[in-house]
Amino acid sequence: MTHLMSDVSTMTVRGLRLVSRDVDAMITAVLLPVIILLMFVLVFGGAVDIGTEYINYVTPGVILLAAGFGAANTALAVEHDMSSGMVERLRSMPMNAWTVLSGHVAASLVKNLATTAIVFGVSILMGFRPEATALEWLAAVGMILLFVGWITWLAALVGVLVRSPDAAGGFSFFVMFLPYVSSAFVPVDTLPGWLRGFAEHQPVTPVIETVRELLAGDVSGVTDPAGVAMLAVSWCLGLGLVFAVAAGLAFRARR
Amino acid sequence: MAAIVTADGLRKSFGRRGSTSPPVLDGLDLELEEGAVLALLGPNGAGKTTTVRILSTLLQPDAGRATVAGFDVVRDARRVRETISLTGQQVAIDDKQSGAENLTMMGRLAHLPRRVVRDRVAELLDAFDLADAASRRVAAYSGGMRRRLDLAAGLLTRPRVMFLDEPTTGLDPRSRQAMWDVVRGVVADGTSVLLTTQYLEEADRLAQRVALVDGGRVVADGTPAQLKHEVGEAGVELTFASPSDAGRVAPALTAATVDGLRVRVPTDGSVAHVRSVLSAVEATGVAPEHWEVRAPSLDDVFLALTGHVGQERTAGATGVAA
Repeated sequence: MTHLMSDVSTMTVRGLRLVSRDVDAMITAVLLPVIILLMFVLVFGGAVDIGTEYINYVTPGVILLAAGFGAANTALAVEHDMSSGMVERLRSMPMNAWTVLSGHVAASLVKNLATTAIVFGVSILMGFRPEATALEWLAAVGMILLFVGWITWLAALVGVLVRSPDAAGGFSFFVMFLPYVSSAFVPVDTLPGWLRGFAEHQPVTPVIETVRELLAGDVSGVTDPAGVAMLAVSWCLGLGLVFAVAAGLAFRARR
Repeated sequence: MAAIVTADGLRKSFGRRGSTSPPVLDGLDLELEEGAVLALLGPNGAGKTTTVRILSTLLQPDAGRATVAGFDVVRDARRVRETISLTGQQVAIDDKQSGAENLTMMGRLAHLPRRVVRDRVAELLDAFDLADAASRRVAAYSGGMRRRLDLAAGLLTRPRVMFLDEPTTGLDPRSRQAMWDVVRGVVADGTSVLLTTQYLEEADRLAQRVALVDGGRVVADGTPAQLKHEVGEAGVELTFASPSDAGRVAPALTAATVDGLRVRVPTDGSVAHVRSVLSAVEATGVAPEHWEVRAPSLDDVFLALTGHVGQERTAGATGVAA
């Protein structure tokens, strides 16, 4: 395919413009995680005893939860392009029309980077005391972006497949539940047995534990941090690849 | 002159396998001469949009063959895309980008050099009367401005063929006028245009040839003058209390057609002719309930050329606009 890089960069610029100019979605993207953070720390925090400051435990979980909400916006944006005639126009041009998807995903990554920075900022103001080197910070942010990456490609796939904005919006319900049934907010061993099985074997748990390990040291009782990190990265890369390819194929197939 | 767009026996159905839904295209043929405008005129569901989607490589026909500038729309899709521009029924423009940003994006996606894009964007904004609004977000544009920008977005590359799918549906009369001027300008610059429309007047104003589409095929075609000759410029329309009244009056009138309670007589609209029609009606002793002089509608064209009213068909359950 010719002009691939040019198409990718043009569509990325477009994605960033659309995201940064969607004021409502931007306010939600920033306020929602901050409110959730406040709620978990101030309301539930007192009742959860995990042997460390709860804010040290819960901050990474809130960031991943925010990524899920952000992904729902990506599904909406893709659905809009599919149904509004934009994709029709792009397909009638001698370009790589699927780059419209990568544009939305790139924009979502940048937006989540901003949300992540804000949540970390608020969290530090509230007493989050990470003990991380610059390299560990970088690794933690990289881990978060890998997570955002796969969940956004899933959102893009949903956006291609659904036939209405309502269906695209419904996507957020699904992704909202993943972090709740993980070690994001409470230790997994407090869950009932059947739920624990799911929580221990879904991608959010190793991602959360890796980010926590990198930033706050050992607060989740992980015995093999390197192994968990490998598992987290494999989950994200694997799912990212699967959903990106699926989104691309679905995009080609849908007429 | 040579044909730049051809379609030969295009067939397409959207029904699920085994269903008996009628085909959207049922052996459609057409030909657009280089530098000319061809209008596909027909009611909703006639197959106009499906035809445009096939010609612009978005859809593959079940059978039949189509070419643009000599390239097959299925086998040489990429070459066809380099030749055409498509402006669909919906405005495909980002509300959250400005007019200039939208056009620049389309220029980049067409892989034009940066400097060419800059010059061409300024040129088009100027030509389409959008220069003052260039830096405003499209969300603040009027319906007519959006349509003009949408059209401009397809012209960055100076395409040889432009497909316009119902370019003025939903516009007020003044914006429609402005769109017609814009389309004429595009044609004057050497672009061949294939447009679809539900308006006889639009086909008349813009096209050298009109193809009447109904039930997925071209049921009649010719110049607008030929069509109008068949249909008449306008008609005196009389509505009677009963079909038998209508049937009694019609034989007394030249070239009258009867449709239930309605009798229609072609007229040039002059006082003398309308008076003579009314006198002839009066002489029969049957008084109409209502009468008026009406310009021919799409229904009239269908009635005159095919002997029946164009069938409005809703698209299949898949939601595909036909």
